[in-house]
Amino acid sequence: MAKLNLLLLLVLLACALGLVTSQHHQRKLFAELERENARARELDIEYGQLQLEASTWGLHARVARIAAGSLGLAAPDPRRVRVVELPAQETAR
Amino acid sequence: MNTAAASIYVRLPAWRARFVLAVLVAGFAVLAGRSVHLQTLDTAFLQGKGEARYSRVLQVPATRGRILDRHGDALAISTPVKSVWAIPEDVKASPEQLRSLASLLGMDRGELARRIGDTERDFVYLKRQIPPEAGDRVAALGIPGVYQQREFRRYYPGGETTAHVLGFTGVDDAGQEGVELAFESSLRGTPGSRRVIKDRLGRVVEDIESIRVAEDGRDLQLALDGKLQSLAFGALKETVRAHRARAGAIVALDARSGEVLALANVPAYNPNSRTGLGGPQLRNRAITDTFEPGSTLKPFTVAAALELGRVTPQTVIDTAPGRLTMASYTIRDAHPGGAMTVAQVIQKSSNVGAAKIALALPREEMHALYRRLGFGAAPQLGFPGEAGGRVREAKTWRPIEQATMAYGHGISVSLLQLARAYTVFARDGELAPLTLVKTGMPAAGRRVLSGETARAVRAMLELAVQPGGTAPRARVAGWRVAGKTGTAHKQENGGYAAHKYISSFVGLAPASDPRLVIAVMIDEPSAGQYYGGAVAAPVFAQVMQGALRLLAVPHDAPLEPIPLPGEGEEAGEST
Repeated sequence: MAKLNLLLLLVLLACALGLVTSQHHQRKLFAELERENARARELDIEYGQLQLEASTWGLHARVARIAAGSLGLAAPDPRRVRVVELPAQETAR
Repeated sequence: MNTAAASIYVRLPAWRARFVLAVLVAGFAVLAGRSVHLQTLDTAFLQGKGEARYSRVLQVPATRGRILDRHGDALAISTPVKSVWAIPEDVKASPEQLRSLASLLGMDRGELARRIGDTERDFVYLKRQIPPEAGDRVAALGIPGVYQQREFRRYYPGGETTAHVLGFTGVDDAGQEGVELAFESSLRGTPGSRRVIKDRLGRVVEDIESIRVAEDGRDLQLALDGKLQSLAFGALKETVRAHRARAGAIVALDARSGEVLALANVPAYNPNSRTGLGGPQLRNRAITDTFEPGSTLKPFTVAAALELGRVTPQTVIDTAPGRLTMASYTIRDAHPGGAMTVAQVIQKSSNVGAAKIALALPREEMHALYRRLGFGAAPQLGFPGEAGGRVREAKTWRPIEQATMAYGHGISVSLLQLARAYTVFARDGELAPLTLVKTGMPAAGRRVLSGETARAVRAMLELAVQPGGTAPRARVAGWRVAGKTGTAHKQENGGYAAHKYISSFVGLAPASDPRLVIAVMIDEPSAGQYYGGAVAAPVFAQVMQGALRLLAVPHDAPLEPIPLPGEGEEAGEST
């Protein structure tokens, strides 16, 4: 009887310690999750800001100005444009 | 003392032991009862109380949805900013700190001192919506009583180019104008909240429950084409400047899907810094303002006559001597033309011809056609302040009114309605439903005219941009274009102003298989020229050429150089 009690006590202790460990583990993981969530939010915000920046730098008016100005580009004369039909479109017809 | 010694041997009464036992048992019973009570009945209350000591409710922010153009480029994005506020009574700062705070906030030092000095109030905003980096530096000053909160601010990279379509949001990031207001319910995010357990260091250690899930606003993809919008706005702005006009508007529609590809107004404003904005700049003329369209309505008069079989394109109408007097009013042609065919009435834009055609029609038929074209009713885009224009009831029309309506006077429409009405000619008689949101596929239209009539009128519209027509300047090298000019006297104080005009041009291309409809309106050009063919048509040609190239529409005309119209070649129009 005493042997059984001792065994049960040991099992109980092991369970209790296991509970404490898993609780601790859970909290650590949760803290990590929170950190990653916060990081995701920050990255999301940064993505928005970068998108904003990309749109600002890529403004069509600005691109056109730079192309015509410093790069000296111009739209080709319509007479020098050849429109080529894609072979795929031809077969589709 | 003998009695005391003797009492040891006295046998105590049995009830005393039982009494003590009973008291003890009763005591335990009370304790047990109490603990059962606490554990079972009061448990929810007590657990709640206990949790309140360490659990906290956190706000979960939600962002407003982005607005994108049809290619996915951002047109409007919300990004977090900081607002700095203070409890004036608690503020303790050295003059040194106040100076750096004022410079960080970009405020006048006197103004800052005045706000902080207002100890009557518990809460004052020092500055709203500053960049997050500036907010961090303000926090680094560590002034007690000065706090920050996170807010969202909307940025519009396109600036004035897209200002009227998108509208803007207020300081609390809620839509106030344009698409921002029209699609507020889907763009808006709903902030949520959740309950968590915090440890003594304030770190969140456990999630208890989500009270309300935060819902970010949905992104909205508009039908707008960023490049085309920029091109249209640029061309319009330049023309308004060159002709010293009061205002202008342009609308570009995809004829197949009914999508609004570009919509711009001048004067515009910068939605990113809206200080000192007045009504004229804010107005989205293309949608909310109506005007008398003038000759751009003639094709519909002719279409009605063709549909009823009253005329054919070759029917000859005598417009000599270029005047038609009815009651006390005289309809005039700017360039009297004598006898001309119905097709030439459109090509030369003869008022007398259009009036004569209209007078042969039942007024109910004309009225019904106008209504079927969508005039006199708001276009149902969901845009705030859409104008429906005015079409009077047929039974109130006098003959002279029926005659003037034939060339677009006595009826008012918005530019958007006019552009949509022209989709009838682009789609062989079907009216396209309009949409601001990208659909990317052909939309089913509503039949208004027979395909035969629509094609016949389209051929006439093609003549109008040929040499000898009113708008040779609307031509585009490589594609066949069809369109109609309009030059209407402006209404003022119940009459028509002598020297104030609205020049317009509505056209479609390529004429062999129309893809695009573009409408241009220039209000009060005052640099000498005012005919639609001279003011509005070049804008149309410029934007149409760019649009056809952007959409990679195959050429349907030989690429011969287009001779610039000489003075004599361009037919002057009457209205």
